[in-house]
Amino acid sequence: MTADLAWLPQPPADFAARLAAAEGRPDREAWDALADLARTRLDPARTARLDRVLQRRFPEASPAGPAWRLALLGSSTLSHLAAGIRVGALRRDLRVTVHEGAYGQSDREVDGEALHALRPDTVLLALDADALLGPAGDVGAALDRLKSLWARARAAHGCTVIQQTLLPAAIPLMGGNEHRMPGSLAARTARLNAGLRDAAVEEGVDLLALDDAVARHGLDAWHDPALWLRARQAVTPAAAPLYGDLVARLLGARLGRSAKALVLDLDDTLWGGTVGEEGLAGLIVGQGSAAGESFLALQAHARDLARRGIVLAVCSKNDPEVARRPFREHPDMLLRLSDFGAFAANWDDKATNLRRIAAELRLGLDSLVFVDDNPFERALVREHLPMVAVPEVPDEPALVARCLADAGYFEAVALTAEDRGRAQAYARDRARRDEAGGGTTDLAGTLAGLGMRLTWRSFDAVGLPRIVQLVNKTNQFNLTTRRLREAEAAALIDDPAVLTLQLRLADRLAEHGMIAVAIGRLVGRDLVIETWLMSCRVLGRRVEEGILAILAAQAAGRRARRLVGLYRASGRNGMVADLYPRLGFTPAPPEPDGAERWVLDLAAYAPPTDLPMTLGTF
Amino acid sequence: MTEDAALAALAPLFEDVFGEPVPLSPGLTAEDVEGWDSTRMIELVIAVEARFGIKLTTREVDGLGSVGDLAAVIARKAPR
Repeated sequence: MTADLAWLPQPPADFAARLAAAEGRPDREAWDALADLARTRLDPARTARLDRVLQRRFPEASPAGPAWRLALLGSSTLSHLAAGIRVGALRRDLRVTVHEGAYGQSDREVDGEALHALRPDTVLLALDADALLGPAGDVGAALDRLKSLWARARAAHGCTVIQQTLLPAAIPLMGGNEHRMPGSLAARTARLNAGLRDAAVEEGVDLLALDDAVARHGLDAWHDPALWLRARQAVTPAAAPLYGDLVARLLGARLGRSAKALVLDLDDTLWGGTVGEEGLAGLIVGQGSAAGESFLALQAHARDLARRGIVLAVCSKNDPEVARRPFREHPDMLLRLSDFGAFAANWDDKATNLRRIAAELRLGLDSLVFVDDNPFERALVREHLPMVAVPEVPDEPALVARCLADAGYFEAVALTAEDRGRAQAYARDRARRDEAGGGTTDLAGTLAGLGMRLTWRSFDAVGLPRIVQLVNKTNQFNLTTRRLREAEAAALIDDPAVLTLQLRLADRLAEHGMIAVAIGRLVGRDLVIETWLMSCRVLGRRVEEGILAILAAQAAGRRARRLVGLYRASGRNGMVADLYPRLGFTPAPPEPDGAERWVLDLAAYAPPTDLPMTLGTF
Repeated sequence: MTEDAALAALAPLFEDVFGEPVPLSPGLTAEDVEGWDSTRMIELVIAVEARFGIKLTTREVDGLGSVGDLAAVIARKAPR
């Protein structure tokens, strides 16, 4: 078995020509064309080839925004891994630059001069067992050494840390009961890897779980003893594209680039057979046959993903009523209609339906993963909506769930209470929309009847994890897309020159949790809104007007005379391009970096009298 | 596989690894090609192994003096 990008479609036959053509195009087009090529099953040579063009064409920043700086530190050769990381990031619409530390110098370098100058956003520690444990090193001492490296990296750079688990490459000396031999390197490697889990949770460090990857693909796919001896490459270059994707997933998860919704085809994907032809009785699904259980396996995986925060949707060419019948009436179905946040079953093409689903869920198209057994439909969606992730799922239905997991679309580094309740909240929203019967309702009346309560407090320690998650993962309703490290957010708690708001929304039907964050800085008599973002789930409810009322009151309480709003276009936040003028702000000269400035005179502002919500603190 | 066939099949591999077409001949050596260092050599071997479904031993890699040597190893080990 090889460790490669098995879920991606093969690269185009004219790969080299497309690569050359992409380089000559204008920025945005060049970037998108390179990203399209990155979303194919590239081997190591083509990964490196694409990377050379990427580096030439976009040396630092890119149309995807400023580059994210990664420092790669370790005890062996790592230079062959950088290209895969950059291309893995490109696959997620991210520009990552990689600083490769000198061979075996991680202890000295982690807070040394070179890294200080670079100011890395993330430090990745990729040490191998020989260096960390040596011939007789103690596991506890090695863990302490790692913890101290993490602390030093954070103190020096305020960065996030990724720790690679040890590649279990040591050769066992006893066999299955290796753990009974105290000095065995294989046994100590396993113990250190186990200990890393707890330590990483305690310290808030993300793990790059190479030991799990080895369990998945086999040691041969990840480690070649001949290359270890020839070039001190612990990870074989043959696995470098996948290694890079694993790293990029972790960075993407911290930056809100992980997918948020799983969109499923029905016939021959969620059950065997065509419900419109064979009827309920003819469907292959459920216990009792291997084929029926294979389809249930994907349903079970989808349900489990929903429980940890992934929204489910259906996209099927089917009669709308017929498509719903199995969910209502087939006793063996695991998934029910109430599990879905959107349900598109009709005769329109799937690209159109995916657009509708994204709009209905208020998610970007790049937040969707679409699973379909039909290669034609997959190709059509890839062509029209390249930003939608469409895995090349195997013909064998029993393997579809594993293929999805291999692709790592839903990579997450932490779980919050909001995550656990999210899928249910989306499904309830849909039920409410269905009840209301579409677009003919009286919106003002509906909102007034919801009994919304918008509450706020300043940043505090309890709220920090969700605040940082929301700030870094919200792309659409985000005025400036300023990202925030946890240490930076913590520093704001006691900063007297800064007004911080964490906001929660509840209504008669649901507790939505923390849905918005705003940060304003007092500059003279201006309160400059450096950060303002909101979860798209509560769009269309006039919540932004409520937030402005709170901001205005708090700014006035701090003797500010004006609110100054900033808008910085990111390519993803077009939906708020007109937010400030809509709220009554007037234009002012732009910031030096080109960000728009909008001003609201507080003396002339009064909150709307018909806001359909109460405002308060929590 | 004949050595000529192996040599022909190597051309696209060299192009991917070096980022541009490399005019291949049996006598071509690493000194003749700019950027053909030890790292490139490993990339090349990895690409050959994946493309032809074979594994080169350390001894075979050390014994490679020219493109012709590489074609000969491939011709000997690759199925058909």
